[in-house]
Amino acid sequence: MKAVQEFEMHHPMAKYLRTERFPHIWCEGCGNGIILGCFTRALDELKINIDKLVVVSGIGCIGRIAGYLRCDSFHTTHGRAIALATGIRLANPNLTLAVISGDGDLFSIGGNHFIHAARRNIDMTVICSNNFNYGMTGGQLGPTTPLHSYTTTSPYGNIEHPFNLVHLAAAAGAVYVARWTALHVQRLTASIKKALQKKGFKFIEVVSPCPEIFGRRNNFKKAIEMMRWLKDVSEIRHGYDPSKAEITMEKIVVGEFVDVEKPTYEELLQKKYIKVQEKLREKNAG
Amino acid sequence: MTEQRTVLTGKHLMQGDMACAEGAIAAGCRFFAGYPITPATEIAERMARRMIEVGGIYVQMEDELASMAAIIGASWAGVKAMTATSGPGFSLMQENIGLAAMTETPCVVVNIMRGSPSTGQPTEPGQQDVMQAQWGSHGDYDVIALAPASVQEMFDLTIECFNLSETYRVPTFLLADGFIGHLWERVIIPPLEEIKVVKRKKPKVPPEKYIPFKPDDDLVPPMANFGDGYRVHVTGLTHDEHGYPRTDDPEVQFKLVQRLCEKIRKNAEKIIKIKELMLEDAEVAVIAYGIASRASISAVKKAREAGIKAGLLRLVTVWPFPEKIVSEIANQVKAIVVPEMNYGQLVREVERAAKETPVHFIPKLGGEPHKPDEIFEVIRRAVK
Amino acid sequence: MSLTTLAKPVVRRKKIQEVKWHVIEDFCKGCTFCIEFCPVNALEESQKLNVKGVHPPKLKSEDACIGCGLCERICPEFAIYLEKVNTNEKEEEKK
Repeated sequence: MKAVQEFEMHHPMAKYLRTERFPHIWCEGCGNGIILGCFTRALDELKINIDKLVVVSGIGCIGRIAGYLRCDSFHTTHGRAIALATGIRLANPNLTLAVISGDGDLFSIGGNHFIHAARRNIDMTVICSNNFNYGMTGGQLGPTTPLHSYTTTSPYGNIEHPFNLVHLAAAAGAVYVARWTALHVQRLTASIKKALQKKGFKFIEVVSPCPEIFGRRNNFKKAIEMMRWLKDVSEIRHGYDPSKAEITMEKIVVGEFVDVEKPTYEELLQKKYIKVQEKLREKNAG
Repeated sequence: MTEQRTVLTGKHLMQGDMACAEGAIAAGCRFFAGYPITPATEIAERMARRMIEVGGIYVQMEDELASMAAIIGASWAGVKAMTATSGPGFSLMQENIGLAAMTETPCVVVNIMRGSPSTGQPTEPGQQDVMQAQWGSHGDYDVIALAPASVQEMFDLTIECFNLSETYRVPTFLLADGFIGHLWERVIIPPLEEIKVVKRKKPKVPPEKYIPFKPDDDLVPPMANFGDGYRVHVTGLTHDEHGYPRTDDPEVQFKLVQRLCEKIRKNAEKIIKIKELMLEDAEVAVIAYGIASRASISAVKKAREAGIKAGLLRLVTVWPFPEKIVSEIANQVKAIVVPEMNYGQLVREVERAAKETPVHFIPKLGGEPHKPDEIFEVIRRAVK
Repeated sequence: MSLTTLAKPVVRRKKIQEVKWHVIEDFCKGCTFCIEFCPVNALEESQKLNVKGVHPPKLKSEDACIGCGLCERICPEFAIYLEKVNTNEKEEEKK
């Protein structure tokens, strides 16, 4: 039996995937495949109606994820996934909506859209595959590249302070904020499930190994070494202050940091709508 | 249920920007995303007030990049969507205008043009974004752009923009200017049943048989909305008829780009609208659009009074450029006069179509529209 | 064969569920995450070379797997899947 056929017939997640497009393009040991797996498992466990699911992605390695999911999906321009998803969400509130993209896409070129969607509390689940660099273009410095680490555009070591994404998301107003690594498959799946069931702007950062592009410039000779490193440096601290949730080469604090309730944009809009319609009725009757 | 205030049938004194908003609502637009910018802000303000009345969405985005992205998203979610801006915002939108063209997303972008380049003259009218409308985003694709010359046309042509956009699955532009946008004139809004509204062509086959980017004979593929169960993948990458990325196949790229252009070019005669004034026996033709066509009417009439056989071709459709019509007129007349509120843009297209016939260009910059006498003078000299 | 695989003996632990372990060999890109993080060290690199030129994993012994499913979840390639075995049927077979 051909590999693709076996995959299509037997793999439990195959029904959520465009199997004809497999194997995927990601490198050996890349965490993106794991994120895709955890996402499909969350869909499976929640029994999400896939006909009503929309996944939006931006540009970059993880951006290709939209094209692997057998659902309505949009692979947008660089950085604009959240802005485009905002249009989808407001136009059809009955859809399940997730944005899955990378650190460069969501926080460099798309940073403005991220903070504003979080501020408005638009109902969407945003999953960021944070691989510390621009993988697709060959490994350049990004907004999350750890200080002093090496990329093709920081050949002498990075002198830019990186973003702490969970702190940024929490400060911008996200109602759910979590960070995991690609190693924490069970907890990540649980987080995705939680986020998909919750209303509002939800953010999950997944620290994802990029052995081929980032790893080999930073003393990781093999994919497995990056995963071992993630295991060694990650520390679970639920409810920890996201501003203090360290993410460096030495330590990565993971866990659920924010889980609060706040009216969404759509809920507030619905209230205004009812008020306006009442006024119009009165006006028309009078 | 929403209270019926969708179409404000009747006679109104209205500002151009407001008429545009009302036209959008009459056309079935139920999603507006925008960012404040002079002289287009009044459209957003009107939409903010009106969308909620008609059960639609108004959302103020963080910038024009986001506004354009949001209307693409809304359109795929099945709602007619529009944004409105001026030059600086139009520049920011170009990235996702390209995405809309590539993904064949019906959507309407209103550009109330002002003096440019850069921040330019926020409150002054201009026609400096006409070439940008067609060539603004990278790559080959054809668009549709209409140029209103009155407040009534701000209403009528906005509806037309939606109809064309839905028919051809293409980003469609209303290219007005700060003058028309801010002008107050009488607008007649017809009853709802008299307004022609085009509905999106949906797939006639079940999901398992649907090929999302396989065109019909008109070169336009039927469009399934997100949530309809068709599970469509949409990408800005070069894609095959299934919508899947195929970036290494020259044939796929050629076929796709060719169709993006040809679906407009092959249907150009159906799309193009022009208005003629005294052209039948004309020896000199003024070719103008939008604000510049208003003074041209007076100039042509004045020329006729002076015994010069002048006529006016007003381009309601700027893109696709009415090349054939201009060529025919060029064959008939001795000279062509083109007034534009810029330093020479659409005149290049006119020159190309006119071939041997001399074309006299009248640039206008600064904010004051052409005066009829300025155009008349050029007409007079052109036939000497 | 990598040193890590050799260094770890199979841990005997109670089975979570009865499964048949499968690998889609040609999907494997050789990251070895499954081998490294298997809680009972049930996997090792096989001697086979797949289409990508890497050694896909294999079970060290038929009964080594406890059916936790971690390898299925952590495999970035969707190359591993567990087939649930109906234990009742199996017991009946034994009889």
